[in-house]
Amino acid sequence: MIISTQKPFEEILESLKGEDTVYIVGCGECATMTQSGGEPEVAEMKARLEEAGKKVVATDVAHATCHELDIKRIFRQNKEAALAADAFLVLSCGAGVQSVREGTSKHVTPGANSLFVGNVKRQMSFEEKCSLCGECILDEYGAICPVTRCAKGILNGPCGGTNNGKCEVDSDKDCAWVLIYNQLKSEDKLDSFMTIHGPKRWNAVERPGRLDGKAAGQEKGAA
Amino acid sequence: MGKYREACESGRFVVSGEIGPPKGTDVDTMLHHIDLLKDMVDGLNVTDNQSAVMRLGSMAVSHEIVSRGGDAIYQMTCRDRNRLALQNDLLSAHFLGLRNVLALTGDHVSVGDHKDAKEVYDFESVQLIQCIKRMNEGFDWAGNELGGGTDFYIGAVVTPESDPIEPQKLKFEKKIDAGAQFFQTQAVYDMDNFQRFMEYARGVTEGKDVKMMAGLVVLTSVGMAKYMNKFVPGVFVPDDLLEEMASVPKEEAVKKGMEICARHIRFLIDNDICDGVHVMAIGKEEIVPEILELAGLRN
Repeated sequence: MIISTQKPFEEILESLKGEDTVYIVGCGECATMTQSGGEPEVAEMKARLEEAGKKVVATDVAHATCHELDIKRIFRQNKEAALAADAFLVLSCGAGVQSVREGTSKHVTPGANSLFVGNVKRQMSFEEKCSLCGECILDEYGAICPVTRCAKGILNGPCGGTNNGKCEVDSDKDCAWVLIYNQLKSEDKLDSFMTIHGPKRWNAVERPGRLDGKAAGQEKGAA
Repeated sequence: MGKYREACESGRFVVSGEIGPPKGTDVDTMLHHIDLLKDMVDGLNVTDNQSAVMRLGSMAVSHEIVSRGGDAIYQMTCRDRNRLALQNDLLSAHFLGLRNVLALTGDHVSVGDHKDAKEVYDFESVQLIQCIKRMNEGFDWAGNELGGGTDFYIGAVVTPESDPIEPQKLKFEKKIDAGAQFFQTQAVYDMDNFQRFMEYARGVTEGKDVKMMAGLVVLTSVGMAKYMNKFVPGVFVPDDLLEEMASVPKEEAVKKGMEICARHIRFLIDNDICDGVHVMAIGKEEIVPEILELAGLRN
């Protein structure tokens, strides 16, 4: 899921300067899980904005804010409030903010910072393990991603900064290459470690990414 | 062929020093160090935005060393440039007469002085080594034929005190497979441990023309030694050296560090442990001639 954290309230208030009536949109998926834009956070935001003198005309927690058709449907159903609002405050990831952008021509502002695609370790504990590179190479690395989990994205083994199996950039994080080594060793697949891997095709996904229909490999009859 | 490579291929014990370019345009001290050392060592490394701190460029300073009659080992990291820029710089370096390249992944920007910079790492050390080899063969990374290939002596680094050591060893072997021709190690202080590492390395390099230089960083105080133990991954100063450094008054600490460094050089030569040393005095390059003298290396 997309891990996000709410922006400082002062920053949100600043981005709503001159906008008197606000429509708050939250997200029932990721931002609920990360407590940056679920039902409780949206309600709290409403209270704080009202305390700061804003008029909150509506709040909605979409099933998934990144679903553009769903956002448009919500705004149609809530037409009056959508028309009355000067601005939309979106408590979700940047994808959600831009769904709202598609649903209104008014001022739209983000209430959260999007951090990474994260795995949920336990409640409110998340870790980045995939960076959506477009060409999955996990089969060669014991299903531990060096692109994401090594601070330098090294594909051919640890740098000189490994320290007791931890990363020199952040001693709270495991050195991905020690994890990969241990995994490949346990699978008796260290020959995979010894393969010299060329650099990533960083443009495997042309940015901005777009996918219409199924990708080539998934099409019926494709080899 | 540069003088450093010539020395490496001659089979005699090779000595290199290191120049850290300054942050700014005041280059007098650096030029003084270059002039002091250029004829005394076989080559001088020039660091590339060392520790991710922005400085005068390694290519320009390497060129200055060569034009003053010395030989430079041009250090190149993958942190600040993508593959187009790296190859562009390699061609430029070759044009300027540089013939030795030390290929490094490079310290992460988070340890440097521009912490908000976007680190690149399009390539890393193993891939950069491969790329230089390919350019030596007359092709760029994309497979296009070059109008004249390069002739670089390809260097790399290894950390003998890495913890754990096994993945580091495998990476060392990959660097050799990729085309590394000489290695300069991360600083080593425990000569027994280094000897064991070299026994392993000699096994790997047997039958291959790969030269191994021990990296020696001169201790200048007991505090520096303790600092490295605590904060520099892959560097380990053993207790007996800490005690030795602490045994002398503060003002004699540099001299003690020089003695230790010279003693280690002598040990490496007398026991035929490696092919040379890379001596790093980190800003105190004026002490290097005396260290070499103490080690009996000055003519």
